[in-house]
Amino acid sequence: MTIGGWIVMGLSVGSVTALFIWCLWRVLSDPQETEHMHGFDKHTPDEE
Amino acid sequence: MRVVKHAQRERWSSRMGVIMAVAGSAVGLGNFLRFPGQAANYGGGAFMLAYFLSLLIIGLPICWAEWTMGRYAGHRGFNSSPGVFHCLLKWRYSKYLGVIGVVIPVIIYMYYVVIEAWCLGYAANFLAGALHFHTAGSAGEFFGRFIGASADGSAAGFGLSQAGPYLLLVFLLNFVLIYRGVANGIELFCTWAMPVLLVLSLVILVRVLTLGAPDPAAPENNVLNGLGFMWNPEKVLVEKNAGPHWEKVREVVGAALIEAAKAEAAADSTLRVRTVGIWEQLQKPQLWLAAAGQIFFSLSVGFGVVLTYASYLSEKDDVVLSGLSATSANEFFEVGLGGLITLPAGFAFLGVAGVAGMSTFALGFNVLPLVFCKMPMGWLFGAAFFFLLFLAAITSSLSMLQPGIAFLEEALKIGRKQSVTVLGLITGAGTAFVFYFSKDLKALDTLDFWAGTFLIFILATVQVLVFGWAFGVRRGLREADKGAAFPVPPIFGPVIKYACPAFLLAIFGMWVLVNVFGFRFGGGPAELSGYVKDLFVEPNPVAWMAVGMVLAFGGFVSLLVARAEAFSSKPSNKGAR
Repeated sequence: MTIGGWIVMGLSVGSVTALFIWCLWRVLSDPQETEHMHGFDKHTPDEE
Repeated sequence: MRVVKHAQRERWSSRMGVIMAVAGSAVGLGNFLRFPGQAANYGGGAFMLAYFLSLLIIGLPICWAEWTMGRYAGHRGFNSSPGVFHCLLKWRYSKYLGVIGVVIPVIIYMYYVVIEAWCLGYAANFLAGALHFHTAGSAGEFFGRFIGASADGSAAGFGLSQAGPYLLLVFLLNFVLIYRGVANGIELFCTWAMPVLLVLSLVILVRVLTLGAPDPAAPENNVLNGLGFMWNPEKVLVEKNAGPHWEKVREVVGAALIEAAKAEAAADSTLRVRTVGIWEQLQKPQLWLAAAGQIFFSLSVGFGVVLTYASYLSEKDDVVLSGLSATSANEFFEVGLGGLITLPAGFAFLGVAGVAGMSTFALGFNVLPLVFCKMPMGWLFGAAFFFLLFLAAITSSLSMLQPGIAFLEEALKIGRKQSVTVLGLITGAGTAFVFYFSKDLKALDTLDFWAGTFLIFILATVQVLVFGWAFGVRRGLREADKGAAFPVPPIFGPVIKYACPAFLLAIFGMWVLVNVFGFRFGGGPAELSGYVKDLFVEPNPVAWMAVGMVLAFGGFVSLLVARAEAFSSKPSNKGAR
C-alpha cells in the first residue's frame, strides 16, 4: 500500500463515514424523530 | 380530486424507518461485490474521483428529485410511478411515462430473488459445514451446479446443496413481508435487518483486516497489499511488446513483487514495467462509464422504487435530509465496508491473479467461498458473509415489489390481499422462467441487460428531465425544501437542470456504444454485443422469451394505465391531502 493509497482510502472511507454519522446524528437529534410520525397500523392494508 | 382510500392509511411510521427502508433498497450485492472490483480495475484514486463526481452530478440530484416527486404525488393520492407522472405533468399522456417505473422493479425482482436464494443457500451450506473448496475450480464447479449453469432445469432440486428450497423460502418471505404493508412489513423488517447487516459487516471487516499474510509461503499476499490493490492511485503493470503497442501481462502490487518484476523486465527486452498514473487513468472513457454506472445502480436511482417509497411520506416529512441519509448509508456500506472487505480478503489468500478482473458473480460465488474455506473458522465467517449478502438482497427485493403493489391497488382499485395475489402470480411465473432457463444464466443475464440496465437509464433520464424542465427546477426545489431541516444547496438547481441530464445522456450514449454496438475505446474493430446478437444475429429462444416477457408485461401495465379510472382525470392541487 503506497502513501497515495492510504490517502485515497482515508479520504474516501473517512468522508462517507463522516457523512453517514452526521446524517444519523441530524436525524436522531431531531425531536420529531422520537415521536412516531404515524404509528404502526394494526391492520393489514386491505381491511377497510 | 380522487383520493385512494387504502393509500391514505399506508404511511411510514418513523423517519428513521423510511431511511432504513430506502437505504436497504439501495444496499445490495453491488456494494460488496461489484464496487470493489470496479474500483480496483480502474485504479482506486482515479476511480474514486470520478465516482464522487458522479455522486454529486447524478446520484444526489436524481435521488432528491425522486424523493420530492414521490412525496408530491403521494400527498395527492398517487403512489405508483404512472400516478406520479400523471400528477406531476399537465400532459394528457404523461401517465405512460411511468409504465417503465412499474416494469423495471417487477422484472428485476424476478431474477434478483433467484440471486437472493443463492446467498441464503451458500449461508446455509457454510453453516452446515458442507462446503470444502481447495481450488478455484472446485468452487466454480459447485457454483455452476448450484445455479444450474450447465443445462436448463438442472438447478431445480430440493436438497441442501440445491437452490430450490432457498428460492421457495425467500420468495414466500418477500410476499409475507410485503403483504404486511409499508410500516408493518417493509419498515419493520428493514429497521431490524439494517443494523444486523451493519454488525455482520463490522465483524467480517475486523476478521479480514486481522488476516495478515495467511500463507507464509507467499508473504506478499497480505491484507495490506490487498488494500493497496484496491486503493493505490497508481497501478504498476508488466507489459509485453506486441508489435505496434504494448500489451498488459499482469498487475503487480507490493514492493517485493515490483522489484521482482523489474528484474524480470531487465532480463527480457520484450517486457517492461510501467506505472500508470491517476491522470492517465482519468482520460479513459471506460473509467467514467464504470464510475457513473456504479453510482447509478448502487443508489437504485431510476428504478421507480424511491418514487413509490417517498409517496408514503406526509408533506411535513423531510425529503432532503432523508434522501441524503439514505444515500450516505449506501455509500458507507459500499465504500466504507465493501471497499475494505471483499478484495483484501481475496487478495490475502489468492494474490492479484486470484481477484483481478473478476466479475461480480465470480468474485462473490467462486473467489470468496474459496477464501472462507481457507480461513480458520471459515464456515462461520462464510455463513455470516452470505447471510449479510442475503439481508442486503432481501431489503432490496422488498423494495422492488412495492411499486407493483402500489400500481395494482391504484389501477385496479383492489386491496392488499388481491394485489399481492396478482403480483405473486406474475412474479412467480417470471421467477420460475429465470430459474428454469438457467443454462449459462441466459434468462437472468438478458433480463438484467434490457430491464435492469437499459430501461433504468431511460427512466432516470425521464425523471430528471421531468423534474428539471417540465415540473420546473425552481418549483421542484421549493417543493423539496418543504419541511426540510436544511434546504437543497442552490448549486443543485443548475446541476439538476443542465449538468445532470447532460452527464446522464453522455454516459447513456457511451453505454449504448460500448454495450450495444460493441465499440472499443482502446481500439480494435467494433462488434455487436452478445445481447443484440442473441436477438437479431443468432436468435436465441431464451433471450427472445425474456425480452418478450418484458414487452408483454409492459403492454399489460400500459393497458391497465389506459383503462384505470385513477389516471383518467388530472388531480387538483386544492384537494391535496
